[in-house]
Amino acid sequence: MTAMAEQTWVAVCRAESVLRAYGVAALLDDGVQVAIFRTEDDEFYGLSNLDPISGAAVLSRGIVGDVGGVPVVASPIYKERFELRTGRCLDAENVRVTTYPVRVVDGVVHVSLP
Amino acid sequence: MSRTLVVVGHGMVAHRLVEAVRSDDVDATWRIVVLGEEVRPAYDRVALTSYVDTWDPASLALPGSDYAGDGNVELRLGDPVVEIDRAAKRVTTAGGHVQDYDALVLATGSRPFVPPVPGHDLPGCFVYRTIEDLDEIRAAVERARQGRGRPAAAVVGGGLLGLEAAKALRDIGLSPHVVEMAPRLMPLQVDEGGGSLLRRLIAELDVTVHIGTSTEAIEADRGRLCARLGNGTELDIDLLVFSAGVRPRDELARACGLEVGERGGVVVDGTCRTSDPDVYAIGECAAIEGRVYGLVAPGYSMAEVAAATLLGKAGSFPGADTSTKLKLMGVDVASFGDAHAATDGALEVVFNDAVNGSYKKLVVSDDARTLLGGVLVGDAGEYNLLRPLVGNELPAEPGVLLAPAGTGEAAVGVEALPESAQICSCNAVTKGAITHAITAEGCDSVPKIKACTRAGTSCGSCVPMLGKLLSSCGVEQSKALCEHFGQSRAELFEIIRATRITTFSELIDRYGNGKGCAVCKPAVASILATLGNGHILAGEQATLQDTNDHFLANLQRNGTYSVVPRIPGGEITPDKLIVIGEVAKEFGLYTKITGGQRIDLFGATVDQLPHIWRRLVDAGFESGHAYGKALRTVKSCVGTTWCRYGQQDSVGLAIALELRYRGLRSPHKLKSAVSGCARECAEARSKDFGVIATEHGWNLYVGGNGGAMPRHADLLLSDVDTEELVRIIDRFLMFYVRTADRLQRTAPWIEEMEGGLDHLRAVIVDDSLGICAELEAAMAEHVANYSDEWKGVLEDKEKLARFTSFVNAPGTPDPTISFRTERDQRVPVLLGVPEVVSR
Repeated sequence: MTAMAEQTWVAVCRAESVLRAYGVAALLDDGVQVAIFRTEDDEFYGLSNLDPISGAAVLSRGIVGDVGGVPVVASPIYKERFELRTGRCLDAENVRVTTYPVRVVDGVVHVSLP
Repeated sequence: MSRTLVVVGHGMVAHRLVEAVRSDDVDATWRIVVLGEEVRPAYDRVALTSYVDTWDPASLALPGSDYAGDGNVELRLGDPVVEIDRAAKRVTTAGGHVQDYDALVLATGSRPFVPPVPGHDLPGCFVYRTIEDLDEIRAAVERARQGRGRPAAAVVGGGLLGLEAAKALRDIGLSPHVVEMAPRLMPLQVDEGGGSLLRRLIAELDVTVHIGTSTEAIEADRGRLCARLGNGTELDIDLLVFSAGVRPRDELARACGLEVGERGGVVVDGTCRTSDPDVYAIGECAAIEGRVYGLVAPGYSMAEVAAATLLGKAGSFPGADTSTKLKLMGVDVASFGDAHAATDGALEVVFNDAVNGSYKKLVVSDDARTLLGGVLVGDAGEYNLLRPLVGNELPAEPGVLLAPAGTGEAAVGVEALPESAQICSCNAVTKGAITHAITAEGCDSVPKIKACTRAGTSCGSCVPMLGKLLSSCGVEQSKALCEHFGQSRAELFEIIRATRITTFSELIDRYGNGKGCAVCKPAVASILATLGNGHILAGEQATLQDTNDHFLANLQRNGTYSVVPRIPGGEITPDKLIVIGEVAKEFGLYTKITGGQRIDLFGATVDQLPHIWRRLVDAGFESGHAYGKALRTVKSCVGTTWCRYGQQDSVGLAIALELRYRGLRSPHKLKSAVSGCARECAEARSKDFGVIATEHGWNLYVGGNGGAMPRHADLLLSDVDTEELVRIIDRFLMFYVRTADRLQRTAPWIEEMEGGLDHLRAVIVDDSLGICAELEAAMAEHVANYSDEWKGVLEDKEKLARFTSFVNAPGTPDPTISFRTERDQRVPVLLGVPEVVSR
């Protein structure tokens, strides 16, 4: 069982500065890059910005859409799709990217290390 | 131990034999020596008439006919065999070369028949068989043009070849006479009813037809010719072309004692063996089953049979398919099976529509159940379906089969064809072979069927049938763009144009489902951009763009971008070159010259891009759209300005075209080039639209590309002035942008178009759909509304704000990007693949 550790939330940007169906990248203190996505339905998700297939820090620059209703982002390098909720890659077996909790409080987007 | 196979002659059939032997002779049991009379390797003689479009022998080249790189084939050209010594198994050429053989194949073809009328050998009289013949005809036309106005010409012979010759003369710009002894044109293929319609349609095309009369004499007349016809007519002409049939070239066989048919031709059995078991004869010089065939398809069958026999396999001549379908000066003519109802008890069913210029006849068995043959003139649309049905039970009443589309019962489908029906007659591919490829070998598209079976790879007329066979096998060729839109790109284009929808959200709400994806979003963004919806990063549009379009630069493997400023036509001043050098130095960019005569600057981070553009824009540069599915570059050679051989100002035209079409968003990238003369230094024929200067103006080629499937562009227009050229390119590009599939270059777009290049020409040159004015207006609007996309970002704070690596740390570059030095320039240090979490 995981302990109920205190989560540290880092304020990143104002929610209205992220367009719907769009992504931005945030740089956290320890050099971790988080890609933050806002879906068409106004949900926010966080994934590692590093594309595990190419090794480049670019996932935030992918196109946001859906596969059968499940929100995904397509890597801008080779177009593999990753589920925003789970980080699972739909186009390569056994590939997954780290997910990061994201919440919006008082119109400000916060991200937390898991 | 390999034996020597000597092939005498190198035409299309000889080439097919060599190919067939080489592809199946895996252990190289035969060494092949080809001894040809003509100076060039086998070429596409069937398409000879198209030579006048380009006057470029390369346009008729048959792939692989020089056997380059094949050490087992020796090709000796321009030195005909003059003697065969069968006892010594040895041949001798005119040049004295002596060659021993183990097996000999005669593929000497035929010679044009010249009727022995007085004056047939006067200067100005020609035959029509080789590239050289056409070169001589062209020279004679040019000489006649020097003297006076429009030269006049006559063709003796109104058969298939005669009409081909008339078409060539007409394409050179003449109004030829055609003289035919029989009471109708194409007497072998067409019956009386079809012939009379054919004559009317041909006469409407500026060809004067004289039928039922012979050419009695040809006389020289003050530097010209006078042809006297049997009916008293006298034709004052500059040149005359004999195209009155061919005769087999069997003289070598006669001289060495081989058996020759009563009416000529080397007698062969069903395996193409002559009376000497080590000597074979194939193609137009052979008499098989007592007949000599002047068509390429039976020749190909003979080549395959002879090759199989040489390799010890069983094979016999399957019988000749003498079916013919051709388009002569825009008139469809087709003839198949027993076209003249020669079978006992055969019945004819005729549908003759003089008003619409369409004649159709079916020949059926006496019980009206079996199709025996037919003739189609004016509209040969049903040929593909009817020809394979010959010898089979009719799937419907003959009258129903002939009824004009839409009036009868549901037309007959491919389902009605038996498995043995030949769908592709050029390559002898049956319906059974194609359905096997679809169902057993997983071919789920027309290109895959082509690659697997060779069907549709020669004349292409059966390609629509391949699509229908796919559907009949239950393979759905879905046009759906993706899971979010059931429509094709072309359909979405028309929807957006008609509804004036300006956002993706509204489009997907009304016409799609779900939220969209990386396939439909950029496709719709491109359509919105073509139709003029402001800057491509305005509002919601920014979220639709692929990263290249979003950052107006090209993403590279380490997450940095490359920048390509436009250098129209590849012409650039020293001052501008210096600016590019200075910018590259200042931002530490790797520089490389591109294939499109531009300069690519690599290694820019998203934060740097606006700063780089600021410097470039201030110096007079603009975006080169290297990142977009859009017009890239119009390459050029230096043309008349500098070049000793230049015929037109190629640089000036290239710059004008690049500036005209810059920024045009299209289904795929668009490339172009302009060459100042036929030497083609700008490589225009490898482009989507390429222009080559001529003495009198420009030739326009369309549908070329480089890449994995290189393809030369095809001639669309010749000798036009700049105004006409630009008008047709306007129409071509707009028609392409509106109707092509997503990521479909112009070559496959034209290839998959029903009717191909002819249809394209009808639409954009002859305006057959009446849409040209609209296409031109759309292009005029594009040209008027163009503005530089880089400048558009620099002028807009909101857009500029997106050019940051991190939303919470503007100005901080991505720390994972690093560089090393290679050959004095910065190149990326490749990143290790980061954490991959296994499930």
